[in-house]
Amino acid sequence: MSLIPGSGAITRILSLAIALPVSTNQLGGSSDWTTYLSLISYLFFIVLIFYGQRIQMYVMIREVENSLHKLKYIKEEGRKNAIDAIKEIGKPTTDPSARVDRYLEYFTISPQNMDPAGIVYKLDHILDVRDTRLKDEVKLMAPSSDEVQVNNLENTLEAAMALNFIYKVVRHYYIQGKKTLSLYVIMQIQMILPMIMKEAEAYASALKAFAYGQPIGDGAGALVAAKLMHGYELRKLPKDCVMATVQIEGRTAIIIKAEGPGGNVGKPGDAVEAVIEENEGKIANVIMIDAGLKLEGELVGEVAEGIGAAIGGPGVDQYKIEEKLTKYHIPINAVIIKEDIGDAVSPMRKEINDSVDKVIERVKAVILERTKEGDKIIIVGVGNSIGVGQ
Amino acid sequence: MAQNQTSPATKRISTYLMMIVLIVIALSIVSLILAANAYLIGDGLTAGFLAIIGLIAMTMSIFTLYQSRRQAVQMKIEMPKVMTTIECKKCGSKTVREYQRGDYVYKELDACPKCPDTKQIITAIYKEVKEKEKTYNV
Ligand SMILES: [Zn+2]
Repeated sequence: MSLIPGSGAITRILSLAIALPVSTNQLGGSSDWTTYLSLISYLFFIVLIFYGQRIQMYVMIREVENSLHKLKYIKEEGRKNAIDAIKEIGKPTTDPSARVDRYLEYFTISPQNMDPAGIVYKLDHILDVRDTRLKDEVKLMAPSSDEVQVNNLENTLEAAMALNFIYKVVRHYYIQGKKTLSLYVIMQIQMILPMIMKEAEAYASALKAFAYGQPIGDGAGALVAAKLMHGYELRKLPKDCVMATVQIEGRTAIIIKAEGPGGNVGKPGDAVEAVIEENEGKIANVIMIDAGLKLEGELVGEVAEGIGAAIGGPGVDQYKIEEKLTKYHIPINAVIIKEDIGDAVSPMRKEINDSVDKVIERVKAVILERTKEGDKIIIVGVGNSIGVGQ
Repeated sequence: MAQNQTSPATKRISTYLMMIVLIVIALSIVSLILAANAYLIGDGLTAGFLAIIGLIAMTMSIFTLYQSRRQAVQMKIEMPKVMTTIECKKCGSKTVREYQRGDYVYKELDACPKCPDTKQIITAIYKEVKEKEKTYNV
């Protein structure tokens, strides 16, 4: 809340109000109670001068506290939804609550970066271990779930984990602010609170989508790939990806996406690496399709085109793809579908779903302009393939 | 899942803010009374000043109240309905129904009622956001 301009305006009006009762007194409208009132006004004014910042701080603390209550509610709701989903899908024999609580506190330590050489593969390894560990944990919690459901539950729990983490960080700053009564400690969290709340709401919405297995906005790239490869013969690629060989405009296109419909982003880096090596680098072009963060003011579902490896995440996949492309001098193009963070993790919006055809048109245009007939190209649909088959 | 949930804790408006607003309202009322007083005495200029100050302070505090109320209303988790589109590739029939657990894009469903030899396919799953995003003319 903008109390800073508010309080400024209040003081200005008050100073006028103080000046005026005095003048009325002088003008002859004097009575005892107007004198008292002007004294009270003076007092109020003086209090504001000395304690204005402190009042402002209390207002900020209050604001953070309200958001914290909401975050706690969202977090609890997320935990409950996750437990319900595990009970419903996994049919555990014992109550999974204790295990879920332990899961929510899991942390991952990123590799030491003092000597950054080779850090990508260390990070890759750590993430692999984490993934396996979390999946095993889910299998223990939900014994009767199949592969797709394990993936969905893992994603659900990760959303709950994120909510838990956000709550704890905000709580940390709130308590620290209360303890130190420092405007600047409180200000730090208060300033970014709207963005934090937006993210938390997005995760809450994502959690439900994951629990139900609905496609999310981030899966836009996977959806495009699915549309291109649907009906063709599929082959599995390393680390949870699938590929299909499709003829597009006289070119042989190898379409890659994470295997659906379970919640899974796969490792497109490894998949692209494998395909390029299989073809001994004889690839004319790589086109990557992904959901991209939009700026405020841009439309959801807008399609944009550019150069570079369009892939998010910790950067391991991007690194691997770039390495191989550089080795064989393969050009890379990217097509992105604009959406904001909230759209990316909540159930797919109609605008994004409708933009799939536009993306395919763009991809075809790129193929026609940038490659020759008979060339071999790779098209990668990046994104979480939850709720998207192939 | 289509229900709206509101947390009871977030409905509260900051008591400090409330206190300040109440004080300002009280002062503005006093100012208006003083204005009336001055007007009765015959001091038109002072009456005008006091009336303007009273009205401005009153408007400001009511606006602040309204703003914090609107913030309280915004604190909801909304879950729009998710729809599933089912198509038959042969006759092109298209049906839209609410999402059911287990649906996914390109899932094969039962045979189409019109063409018993073709299976229907889910072609899209999406949510429709009814609320139009506010556009800024810049
Ligand atoms: Zn039919």
